[in-house]
Amino acid sequence: MDTRFFVIWMEEITAAVRAGRDHLTRLDAAIGDADHGTNLDRGFAAVAEALAARPPDTPGGVLVLAGSTLIRKVGGASGPLYGTAFRDMGKALGDAADVSAAELASALEAGLAGVRRLGGAEEGDKTMVDALAPAARAMARTVDAGGDPEEAFAAAAAAAEEGAKATVPLVARKGRASYLGARSAGHEDPGAASTALIVGALRAVATRRSPRSESRP
Amino acid sequence: MKKLINDVGSVVTDTLRGVAAAHPSLRVDIENKIIFRRDAPRPGKVGLVSGGGSGHEPLHGGYVGYGMLDAACPGEIFTSPVPDQIVRATTGVNGGAGVLHVVKNYTGDVLNFEMAAELSDDEGVEVARVLVDDDVAVRDSLYTAGRRGTGAAVFVEKIAGALAEAGAPLTEVVRVGREVNDRSRSFGVALSACTTPAAGRPTFELGEREIELGIGIHGEPGRTRAAHREARELVRIAMDAIDDDLPLSGETLVMVNGMGGTPLMELYIVFAEVAAYLKEKGATAARRLVGNHVTSLDMLGFSVTTCALTDELTRLWDAPVETPALRWGR
Repeated sequence: MDTRFFVIWMEEITAAVRAGRDHLTRLDAAIGDADHGTNLDRGFAAVAEALAARPPDTPGGVLVLAGSTLIRKVGGASGPLYGTAFRDMGKALGDAADVSAAELASALEAGLAGVRRLGGAEEGDKTMVDALAPAARAMARTVDAGGDPEEAFAAAAAAAEEGAKATVPLVARKGRASYLGARSAGHEDPGAASTALIVGALRAVATRRSPRSESRP
Repeated sequence: MKKLINDVGSVVTDTLRGVAAAHPSLRVDIENKIIFRRDAPRPGKVGLVSGGGSGHEPLHGGYVGYGMLDAACPGEIFTSPVPDQIVRATTGVNGGAGVLHVVKNYTGDVLNFEMAAELSDDEGVEVARVLVDDDVAVRDSLYTAGRRGTGAAVFVEKIAGALAEAGAPLTEVVRVGREVNDRSRSFGVALSACTTPAAGRPTFELGEREIELGIGIHGEPGRTRAAHREARELVRIAMDAIDDDLPLSGETLVMVNGMGGTPLMELYIVFAEVAAYLKEKGATAARRLVGNHVTSLDMLGFSVTTCALTDELTRLWDAPVETPALRWGR
């Protein structure tokens, strides 16, 4: 995967977040403060602007710029958390001009580690970690088993979606939903839902034939 | 939804335009969303910076001025400010004696202020933090985000601000700020949810005879839903929750706070019951605030915040203050 691939991934995320904005905000209204969709929409719109204004020349550069922009523009918990995830992924990729699925899988692990370090959440706390951790595991497993990138991203996306749905019965232990105690059960966590969109966008990039894409991933 | 706004996207900016026009004692950086004291930075004085989501006015911008905050950073509605904004405020109020961040305990506020503190440190500004977590409706636990910060933010900003104004060093300002928080407790009740401009409808639905107990300040639902009842009983529920956590006694600073949509008349009815409750416990409402101080947009309801006073805290509370929302003695 080259730099272009990662730019398209960001574009896919921007479009997916825009399309899912109201849904994410509704999920957040149920157990939070009704702003997750609008915040991420604002953040990824800013990412698109930043990438257009200062196009990075490595995959890692794309992710670091995306992460820094989210930290600068989003606010709330999701800005620093997603920002750190992308920055740590980008730093894990270093200066490589081309990235293998195995390298991306370990970068995703690095992003997950960053989120855990900053937010202190573990799996089962009803947060984005509940989608991101299974996604990282699924991607690594598929790559280890000799799967191609497309299969690895599809497995990661499916695991993230499953992880997000599995947050429904959980009682939140981190973030604003935790204030609700037992009443947070019965609702999907908005952060896990947006993580599923972001990983799902990776699958969409790998499977789509973009006329703007110079090289197939 | 009927709101006095121009555009959903410009609510915060338009608010700041109004603040700038109404309060010449403030310097408002509209582009970067920072409200400064006009004379900041004051050489040799510890700077006080707070911030948080918009929608809680007058918190925090209404408390910028002599004897209180040096700068406030309003985020988007119910969303914490971003690190760049906080760093700019921090360096902008640094008079060489360091800067105190007053941070309400919400994951987003904590993370963004932490990042800003690290970045400010890189720029050579000494930053310390007082974390406000006074809401007894949230049971504290090592495994959760902990108690929310609500009404005690006003007390911390006033009392720590008075000490900073008197020229105390950062360590002392931090100490008194933490002491105020440790001695403060809050509990909130909602009769209705609030409507954020972006969502356009109430964040939760309450039936005609339903209320939410233990609400926060972001339109999030509380811990339990209950049947509506008379003010005296609602006050008893709130005060019992506070008293169970930190028994009320002696001279007490008390705030009865509207959530943004409650008539002042009803807040006085609530205050009468609060004062009677304190008397019953052998405590006195030695210092008092009644009004909209920490709001949740157009929510109907009230919160009570108490702080067990000491001689030092009383003296600092009484010290002169001149801000848009609190002013006396000057």
